Amino acid sequence: MSTTTGNGGTHQHHPASRWVGSPAGRALIALALVLLLGVVFNADGAFFRIGAHRDALRQASVFGILACGMTLVIITAGIDLSVGSVLALVAVCFSLMSIHWSWPAWLAIPACLAVGAACGAVSGGLTAWFRVQPFIATLAMMVFARGLAKTVSGGMKVSTAVQAADGTYDYVAVPGIFRAIDSRVLGGNLSVVTVVFAICAAASWMVLARHRWGRQVYAIGGNEEAARLSGVPVRAAKIAAYAASGLLAGVAGLCQAAQEQQGDPEAGVGYELTAIAIVVIGGTNLMGGRGGIGLTLIGTLTIGYLEKILSINAVPEANRLMLTGPIIIAAVLTQRRRG
Amino acid sequence: MSPSPTVPLLARMRGITKCFARVRVLDAVDFEVCGGEVHVLAGENGAGKSTLIRILSGVHTDHEGLVEIGGRPVRLRSPLHAAGLGVAVIHQELSLVPSMTVADNVFLGRPPVRAGFVRVAAQRAEAGRLLERFGIDVDPGRLVEGLPIAARQLVEIAKALARRANIIVMDEPTSALNAPEVEKLFALIADLKARGCGIVYITHKMEEIERIADRITVLRDGRRVGSAPAAELSPSELIRWMVGREMGQQFPRHAPRLGEERLRIRDFTVIPGHGGPCPAVRNVSLSVRAGEIVGLAGLHGAGTSELLLGLFGAHGRRASGEVHLDRAPFEIGSPRQAIARGMALLTSDRKTTGLVLSLPVTANLTLADLRGVSPWGWLRRRQERQAAGELAAALQLRAASLDMEAAELSGGNQQKVALGKWMRTRPRLLLLDEPTRGVDVGAKREIYQLLNEWTAGGIAIMLITSEMPELLALADRIVVLHRGRVTAELTRQQASADRVLAAAMGTVQDDLDP
Repeated sequence: MSTTTGNGGTHQHHPASRWVGSPAGRALIALALVLLLGVVFNADGAFFRIGAHRDALRQASVFGILACGMTLVIITAGIDLSVGSVLALVAVCFSLMSIHWSWPAWLAIPACLAVGAACGAVSGGLTAWFRVQPFIATLAMMVFARGLAKTVSGGMKVSTAVQAADGTYDYVAVPGIFRAIDSRVLGGNLSVVTVVFAICAAASWMVLARHRWGRQVYAIGGNEEAARLSGVPVRAAKIAAYAASGLLAGVAGLCQAAQEQQGDPEAGVGYELTAIAIVVIGGTNLMGGRGGIGLTLIGTLTIGYLEKILSINAVPEANRLMLTGPIIIAAVLTQRRRG
Repeated sequence: MSPSPTVPLLARMRGITKCFARVRVLDAVDFEVCGGEVHVLAGENGAGKSTLIRILSGVHTDHEGLVEIGGRPVRLRSPLHAAGLGVAVIHQELSLVPSMTVADNVFLGRPPVRAGFVRVAAQRAEAGRLLERFGIDVDPGRLVEGLPIAARQLVEIAKALARRANIIVMDEPTSALNAPEVEKLFALIADLKARGCGIVYITHKMEEIERIADRITVLRDGRRVGSAPAAELSPSELIRWMVGREMGQQFPRHAPRLGEERLRIRDFTVIPGHGGPCPAVRNVSLSVRAGEIVGLAGLHGAGTSELLLGLFGAHGRRASGEVHLDRAPFEIGSPRQAIARGMALLTSDRKTTGLVLSLPVTANLTLADLRGVSPWGWLRRRQERQAAGELAAALQLRAASLDMEAAELSGGNQQKVALGKWMRTRPRLLLLDEPTRGVDVGAKREIYQLLNEWTAGGIAIMLITSEMPELLALADRIVVLHRGRVTAELTRQQASADRVLAAAMGTVQDDLDP
């Protein structure tokens, strides 16, 4: 840039210290510390086998997909509590369509994604048009979508055991699309859900960092009034962000249904909190305006590997939860902006 | 009626000097208030009145000079400390808790308690007695949020009295009151005087000064111009004290080349948002021609900013009136529509409504014209950088990098970014609200230069500035508002500081010959 006069304040530090001071640098340090933990407590070498990494990534993928949508919403200075319920709703719909109604994948998948996006658009509309606080609007959607999932499924898991008219159960074959999503590629070294997560993350990154709408999302989160007075279509951009979050929750629901080979209306309880934790650990600011998908990707890996390392070391679930709490706080404290 | 020796001196401030960063906002100011008097503190916007009050009430503690309260020198440590010594401030923005009752608010922070529990009945009875003693007709059991603004103001005063305050500072207390409510307030002030309280009263309204002032002190540019008993200071002399300063040729305004009429508004009215007492702008009619700078003058709360915001569509349907832009009718809608029709608005507060501080400078510069750098939706980063670079050069922006957050820029450079983002939308009508606020002298000159370039290119400008010399030098015509109404329209030849200020304070203009 031609205008490089004057003093730049924080920009005159040594390159290395600037890197460490950046949000991405700090998020990577947290990830590195977790990986170091895995190297030290490697459970007799289990951590060094490719299967451990493949499984860590697979287990983190559904959360990662949710976190991508959550990142979009959080950058607008909002929050989406409904993603866990929307995941369950879509998982139920997908199972119904694929197993019971034998819809082909090309029809079932767009229909399911439309359901997810619609849920998000309703939350976004409540926030943008009626000025309902995002917390409240998505809390209501969280309750409603859960109820809808239970209504659609009749309160039971939608599985391959299909009840016939006379009350007996027929066992039908697992749909091909379920098996395709639950399979592996690259000689069994990479799960398809991880590939789906990667595609979601790449697409989210593209729109957030490279699209006009992404810029609007940052502007709204940074200063909604200034954005409005600069001609940003605030309402439309907000609704789109919530709809995108719902859409990604739908993608996560498809993966969840395929992995479990059933649609469980009770699935995804509390997933929204894990997604928020991932976004925050990555370093995206809960106040909006700052952050990104790259950070969320790092956050997903941090949480995913932490879970895996604790589980291969056979740490009981109670202790695992008690460790995760302080680790979230520690990560957020290191993320705090200085000055 | 100068204070006699029998009148107790409640507070005295001597040689008060206060700097923000390197700017000296108060310079060796003396001030005092006695029991039983209303001491009006007058001065233009930015003269230092509020800063002086904040020092007296313990908000600003790092100042030079001496403060004496009740005859003893004190070093105020906090607002609580000042309140303990009997200083109470009735703010423009009230400091009540809306969701609590009147009685709760009157005793906020120190309610009557027994074993840690609030004695609700006793508190209500005591609040009732206090309100009754001062003739304040408010039910102590009601929630504050259900009360009209005027009643809230009285509750605020009752709260001060409950703390046995004897120095009561009122900062434009009537700005939200209607006439009968003002009478009620003045009756209460008379009662407080009779009880020996000293009142420091800040106002911009001439008629109020004439009604209730016993003594007047005028500040100008952080200095005390003088103090005098109200009876000895005529209104014209008071205005001279407030404005009288040298006007240098520091504002280069080129001779305007006026073109076609760009904007004409008739009966333009803006209703304020949260149930305010009266329209912020009432039936304003005016016009602006291409290449012209029309100055909008008015004191705090006159409605100048509301006029620009309303015209730009920021208030949506709360703004109404007949608007013609380039002779074509213009329906007031949203900022988007206004921008599409060639308007641009620089708001008075770049930090809260002008810039997205968390975004890089580049993104702020292109925010108003995102479509221009993303024709098919996808941002063209090279094009965006180039556009921002060109703007930065044209604005003489001083930034280490255009990738740094806008928050890291200095005030003057932030202002240039807030202005510069509109250069890309090719506006034909610029609405500028305080374009040089908080900007150093050098950046000011550069901004004046930009205004000249823009008007020479045929852009019409509506300008609000609270700096009188700047207004007189830049504006080709000045429209003065008082309480939302036009009280004067002055040509460059007619305009003078006295006339503008007199009209802004609500005095009717009888003779307008130059």
